[in-house]
Amino acid sequence: MDRYGDMFKRLNADNAGAFVPFVTVGDPCIETSEKIICQLIESGADALELGLPYSDPIADGPTIQAASIRARESKVTTAQCFELLGRVRQKYPQIPIGLLLYSNLVMSAGIEAFYKRASEAGVDSILIADVPLREAKPFLAAAEHSGINQILIAPPNASDETMALIGEHSSGYTYLLGRAGVTGAETAAEIPAAELVDKLSQYQCAPPLLGFGISKPEQVKAAIDAGAAGAISGSATVNIIAQNLDDTRTMLAQLDTFVSAMKAATQKD
Amino acid sequence: MNQLEAKFGDFGGMYVPELLIPALDQLEAAFVDAKDDPEFQKEFLGLLKDYAGRPTAMTLTRNLVSNPKVKLYLKREDLLHGGAHKTNQVLGQALLTKRMGKTEVIAETGAGQHGTATALACALLGLKARIYMGAKDVERQAPNVFRMRLMGAEVIPVSAGSGTLKDAVNEAMRDWSANYDKAHYLLGTAAGPHPFPHIVREFHRMIGEETRAQIMEKEQRLPDAVIACVGGGSNAIGMFADFIDEESVRLVGVEPAGKGLHTKEHGATICTGSKGILHGSYTYIMQDHEGQIEESYSVSAGLDYPAVGPQHAHLADIGRAEYVSVTDDEALNAFKLLARKEGIIPALESAHALAHALNMADEAEDDTILVVNLSGRGDKDIGVVTKILGDEFDG
Repeated sequence: MDRYGDMFKRLNADNAGAFVPFVTVGDPCIETSEKIICQLIESGADALELGLPYSDPIADGPTIQAASIRARESKVTTAQCFELLGRVRQKYPQIPIGLLLYSNLVMSAGIEAFYKRASEAGVDSILIADVPLREAKPFLAAAEHSGINQILIAPPNASDETMALIGEHSSGYTYLLGRAGVTGAETAAEIPAAELVDKLSQYQCAPPLLGFGISKPEQVKAAIDAGAAGAISGSATVNIIAQNLDDTRTMLAQLDTFVSAMKAATQKD
Repeated sequence: MNQLEAKFGDFGGMYVPELLIPALDQLEAAFVDAKDDPEFQKEFLGLLKDYAGRPTAMTLTRNLVSNPKVKLYLKREDLLHGGAHKTNQVLGQALLTKRMGKTEVIAETGAGQHGTATALACALLGLKARIYMGAKDVERQAPNVFRMRLMGAEVIPVSAGSGTLKDAVNEAMRDWSANYDKAHYLLGTAAGPHPFPHIVREFHRMIGEETRAQIMEKEQRLPDAVIACVGGGSNAIGMFADFIDEESVRLVGVEPAGKGLHTKEHGATICTGSKGILHGSYTYIMQDHEGQIEESYSVSAGLDYPAVGPQHAHLADIGRAEYVSVTDDEALNAFKLLARKEGIIPALESAHALAHALNMADEAEDDTILVVNLSGRGDKDIGVVTKILGDEFDG
């Protein structure tokens, strides 16, 4: 099953790009998190990018760090996250689900075992924030064995050599970094230079989704106009959770409004 | 690809975001290039000698050891400018910063010794320093915070997580991800992603080289063992590096057992930890069964770290070095003894190494020469020790 391929086919037919929200599984607790994830799908997310709670998220800014802290304060375990993902997958058989996580969660379980478990939970892709191409070999092998797409990051400073390697190994989509730094809505993404997007296609990298610093519909539109296949928005989505911890109903209503507006901006002229 | 070996056996590597790879490659290239540049070496060695005060003394203890068969020497890194061995490698990396055309330095610090060394080197060489320090450490190491600020560094308290060294490293890495164009991350220990463990070892290896020469001169033979405390492991690897190929010399690393290995409150990573990834390196770490990093503990802030440099992990795995642990209480006892018997106040970190050396001295049956790397002086710890032992010294 190639859920990303199917998604991009459908979006091309619709003349649209993808909107992909990110939240951390288990934030603020398993029960509410499940409602949040279902809401994102019902509100029109084309795919999901989901974090697993982690103690030391070095690639994340304060917003997504706080999501991990909330989940861990609720004693959420990786095992519970996989159970949740399994339930979401049963309910929504088509939507691509990606995990974005840190290497030690994978190492701790054993690389092959972790990928197998993710695959059994219905996960389509895995992106490991702290595994660069240079360390990717065993992870790529496990991905292949378990039928998971290994998502690779194209940073704005990528050399031609890096781009060529991404082209060789990428599947699913390519995570195009909107800027340097860590995740967060405080610093806006820079719209990728046409040159960078061209290079990605020249090296036959999987379709690029732009992430880091995407919080507004205008940015989604600009990313797609610049040639990205879609946009990922994490901190802006997680901020809505953080601001409504006492009122799940309002939280879900605001997420609905946000995702609908971001999705509407993916329509090409 | 890397110019230097990025791994020590299975350990080490570069587990960082793709974004940071160019900056690490640039650092490796600058280091390799500087190594062969006589101008760089001249400036580095000049600073070590005329500014920092190398070579440091080798002191034979007079009163500390009762076993007549044992000679216990102290390698006096506490006498180095800045008050600890840290100054060695910071001068090296600060020179590399300038060589790379960068103007800013990011650093993390636990006890404040690395931060102090960074602040002094940046003041000297005209670099702008910002130093991340766990909020809890800011509190327990106040004199060093004052010193850093006095020398013009910005000290940024980090309250996330446990508010100690681990969280300061996280924050420094985040800062670097956004600012690698103009800022160098001056990592303070022989841990982290390649090439840091390699560079930090090479810029500290004079500790072992001087030790070899000084003991040869005094004793006409090599020591039986060199003993050093291990948090991240920079002073230990600096002491060990020149002896790794000398199989007659035991290499002993001393980890913090905190309140005891049977409690969760310790930082004995090699002694009790398991393999995993923290801060860019595959090494021994303290973690739970799902891979979440656990918080370490030690009375000494400089050893309070839930990972260890990858070369130590390797030396432990192949059995070349032995790693043991010493509790807070044993370290405090050694701290007092050295002050009382020899008139030297050691850093609490170094007191761990000394405590184990004293046990080794008690047990020795043959003529034995031991060298403890006295990695730092204890002035910075007086506040902490007063709190714990205050009553003993009243009146």
